[in-house]
Amino acid sequence: MPKRYYEDFAAGQIFELPDVAVSREDIIEFAREFDPQIFHLQEETPITEFGGGLIASGWQVCSLFMRLLDDGLLLNSSCAGSPGVEHLKWQHAVRPGDRLTGRTTVVETTGWRDPRVGLVRFHHEVFNQHRERAMMMDNAILFERRNLL
Amino acid sequence: MNAYDRIAIGDIHVFGSHAFTAEDIKRFALKYDPQHFHIDEVAAKKSYLGGLCASGWHTASVMMGLLVRYFDAREAEARAAGEPVLVSGPSPGFDDLRWPNPVFAGDVVTFTARIVGKRKSKSRPGWGLLSMTTTGVKQTGETVFVVTTHAFVETGEAPRREGPPQAGAP
Repeated sequence: MPKRYYEDFAAGQIFELPDVAVSREDIIEFAREFDPQIFHLQEETPITEFGGGLIASGWQVCSLFMRLLDDGLLLNSSCAGSPGVEHLKWQHAVRPGDRLTGRTTVVETTGWRDPRVGLVRFHHEVFNQHRERAMMMDNAILFERRNLL
Repeated sequence: MNAYDRIAIGDIHVFGSHAFTAEDIKRFALKYDPQHFHIDEVAAKKSYLGGLCASGWHTASVMMGLLVRYFDAREAEARAAGEPVLVSGPSPGFDDLRWPNPVFAGDVVTFTARIVGKRKSKSRPGWGLLSMTTTGVKQTGETVFVVTTHAFVETGEAPRREGPPQAGAP
């Protein structure tokens, strides 16, 4: 597969991403450093109407998704970073033993203030092994143009 | 006044600062975002971003670490003073996250939040949805991170549902 540049993206393209298993140790290790709330650190948590038990930090789900996007698309592209994320929803808790996969759809390709790059708007989705959607986001990514050189 | 009622739009919370080292940037990126400008100084210099810089999700995660420790400390202070404590629940998501400038190795980023929204949930009686805009500014004065997060918090108006105190108890 040749490296993808800005010109290679078009609205409607869908990329199926690889998958990753999430372990109890991964969840706790991430939480200790970045999100030390009780429900990301241990199995025994107070039960609220939102449920109970150990769940992954939403920011870890973002980070795990990033790895899937890198491995499935960005590492073989002219990716030049991202200006941001318009909307993100955490829709289903991620628990130890879950296997996550992702899918991303190109919504729009457009210019950018710097003519060396173009902006691609994506709609990303993350699913667990039961095809429940754990997360979705609208995210724009910059890619260098092929004719840069 | 309970803890929810005490929250006012415009309240400011300074979470603190974090120094991003090259080692930390590469460690996070090797696991979660191994693009060349996050893991290789030489390749990063030649890249569009111009130098080794943190994954945007690293910056966001560092913000969350400071946020949690900040509110834990405020909660401990409130308990010690005999004041009401805010009970928080999960977050349904966020809006308008921006990474306007890269966080390069050696940068120190200070995160500050402002309460921008507070409303009672219609679907979750007894809970409110609190919205907060958090900004990360580095030592040069450049903004490197902005996000508006939302989180459920108890309003103190409905009785807590009775249930076992521990999940997974025999």
